[in-house]
Amino acid sequence: MTILGQLALWLALLLSAWATIVGFVGGAGQRPELIRSAQRATYALAGVLVVASLALVVALVKHDFNVAYVASYTSRNLPLIYTLSAFYGGQAGSLLFWAVVLSVFGALAQWLTGRRYERLMPYAGAVTASVVFFFVVVTLFAANPFERLPFTPADGNGLNPQLQNPGMVIHPPLLYLGYISITIPFAFAMAALFSKRLDTGWLHAIRKWTIVSWLFLSIGITLGMWWAYVELGWGGYWAWDPVENASFLPWLTMTAFLHSVMIQEKRGMLKKWNMVLIALSFLLSIFGTFITRSGIISSVHSFSQSPIGIYFGFYLIFIIVATAAVIWSRLPMLEAESHLESMVSREATFLFNNLLLVGIAFSVLWGTMFPMISELIRGTQVTVGPPFFNQVNIPIGLALLALTGIGPLIAWRRASPGHLKRQFAAPVTAGVIVAVLLLALGMRNLYPIMALALATFVVGTIAQEFVRGVGARHRLHGESHALAFARLVGRNRRRYGGYVVHLGIVLYFVAFTGQAFKTDVEASLKPGQRAELRSPWGHTYTFTHLGVSQYEELNRFTTAASVEVARDGERVGVMKSEKRQHVNSLGQPTFEPSTEAGIRSDLREDIYIVYAGSVAGTEEAVYRFTLNPLVWWLWFGGVVLVAGGVVTLWPGTSTSADRRRAMAGYAATLEGSTSGAK
Amino acid sequence: MNARAKFVIGAALVLTTVGFLMTSGIKETGVYFLTPSELADRVQADPTFHDVGVKMGARVVHGTIERDVGTQTINFEVTDGEQTYPVVYRGIAPDTFTDGVDVVVEGRLAPDGTFHAPGLLAKCGSRYESEPSA
Repeated sequence: MTILGQLALWLALLLSAWATIVGFVGGAGQRPELIRSAQRATYALAGVLVVASLALVVALVKHDFNVAYVASYTSRNLPLIYTLSAFYGGQAGSLLFWAVVLSVFGALAQWLTGRRYERLMPYAGAVTASVVFFFVVVTLFAANPFERLPFTPADGNGLNPQLQNPGMVIHPPLLYLGYISITIPFAFAMAALFSKRLDTGWLHAIRKWTIVSWLFLSIGITLGMWWAYVELGWGGYWAWDPVENASFLPWLTMTAFLHSVMIQEKRGMLKKWNMVLIALSFLLSIFGTFITRSGIISSVHSFSQSPIGIYFGFYLIFIIVATAAVIWSRLPMLEAESHLESMVSREATFLFNNLLLVGIAFSVLWGTMFPMISELIRGTQVTVGPPFFNQVNIPIGLALLALTGIGPLIAWRRASPGHLKRQFAAPVTAGVIVAVLLLALGMRNLYPIMALALATFVVGTIAQEFVRGVGARHRLHGESHALAFARLVGRNRRRYGGYVVHLGIVLYFVAFTGQAFKTDVEASLKPGQRAELRSPWGHTYTFTHLGVSQYEELNRFTTAASVEVARDGERVGVMKSEKRQHVNSLGQPTFEPSTEAGIRSDLREDIYIVYAGSVAGTEEAVYRFTLNPLVWWLWFGGVVLVAGGVVTLWPGTSTSADRRRAMAGYAATLEGSTSGAK
Repeated sequence: MNARAKFVIGAALVLTTVGFLMTSGIKETGVYFLTPSELADRVQADPTFHDVGVKMGARVVHGTIERDVGTQTINFEVTDGEQTYPVVYRGIAPDTFTDGVDVVVEGRLAPDGTFHAPGLLAKCGSRYESEPSA
């Protein structure tokens, strides 16, 4: 099978080179026969890479341990699902994963939008194929998953136990889907520059792609948090680790891009800025893959040092130079069609939103790279940790949260005092009331109070929009409230879906606030002994150590410690935390023991128990008990965010009659909100 | 003053704030990352360096790990091949902490030459990737 895989990779190399060159030449010379040839190459490229991937999957499933990659990441007793996830669990496989997914995306873009954007498509296809070419080159020459060993081991190494978790099965591919799909909007942006068709056509072509890739990134990042939380056992979900930061960076610039394209669509402003943002997002997605895969910045996530670093380094420089040159050569065509008229307007709010997002991105990049930067300049490595990132980003994040409430409601061009009062009086009041309440209840932490007050303000603006929209439809069309709600959302999906996404983001902020009130205690307990912990809500938890048991499971020896938990003397239940020693099929231990935390969630807080080991030969156990307020809201926020994203993406309203009706609904809302204020 | 000029001023203010937050953040939270030899040189050149918190990246010396589960204290030695320091760590060690791994300890070097570390990070170059054992 590996011969087939190798062959497919070599074919992919030729096809991607062909699709790149012929696509460019065909596009530039407007030669239909060349364009068609490049199109066919695009489809064939996806085909051969799928074949290569299947070859790897077969090698994995058949336990062909003569293949180095299979021997490194799997073993006979590894459950099938993790054997499959080993496809992208290692470096070589994950690079192949990049190539195959991008080639499929490229073929999809060709198939779905090729006809509608026939002037852009040849270039967009060529740019996409060139990126596939790079990944195929790296896969073939620096990290080849089909390489064979000079001998055949009896069993493989097995997958790292920390990767043997359902979250780890879906987190990496989703994050990768996010990274990879950014290439398509980037390719269309470049196509617009090459073809000099710089109207809003390319923005329409990529509208859904950008939301899709943003959603994948969001889901990927959130699942990564979830995995870190349940699997790494340190009681948190975000450590500002370089690899986490690397996934956060393109998310930030994509978020900025999603907002600033609206300004270009509506007002013809920010054309250069949008080009820079999408190029930056693409660059950061490659950079993120590079950091994850090369181990250039030592981090707990670092994969082994490997020769792919040099390939990525040169490729990054090439992208920077090439995109800068292309944007530079087209600058005169990217002049704005209108100007900012007032600081109190949606344009200005969005500009500040962009500024803050890029500011966060820059500070995160700076902090991540600081050990390298300081070593270059001063000769000594200076590292910055979570305190730096929190200190810088909490204030910026709060400002951003405020803009989340202001942006969608403030008028375009220039907002009048009357308009401001109408839109913001109620939400601001709600926010102030919450702040006063929290102060009265004795909370004295500035940032949490601000965060919760601003969250209330934003939720207030969103609720107000829904109430007014539904009310307007109810009055004008005589629809029942439920029907009015369904139609309101159904006919203005981008707008109301966007509100739901904002609601999800607010929930993330609420969850982050909980981290300010996290408490924990470490204790060494004999059976029957107990530890106490006071929750920020004023309850007292007691943890009584019940005992330690040992048993064999599947592919591991497990030592489990049980604790009875009570809140204010009332029994909550028994929780357990485990130490797992994974073994291979011969019963020999593989990897270090891994910890499985015991977690019990409710809306107020998580009880998080880590069993750290026993005093030799006894049942005396060492524990860390953590009370982690509001963590549940993070996962719930993720669900809300995805739901909102799906609403925005839901296909439909494409016929002109539908569109007209949708516009009528929009007009009704506007009218409704105006008449409501009289 | 037109809106554009106002925006430029506003943007400059935002950027200055971000810049200020970053520089003060680095000044307040930045920590030296040294090898044991570099730490030894520093302390020799300037004895007050004992009071400065640092991160030290080194390898755990084989067979030196002593765990006292009762007091949750771990004693071990780290080295970069030239300089070796005994380390005292209190708390729960990460799963990957074991003989011979690369660790980052964060804390202070006491005048008696012991490194007191409230922070311990075991980084394993092959954390998610291990070579096939030939």
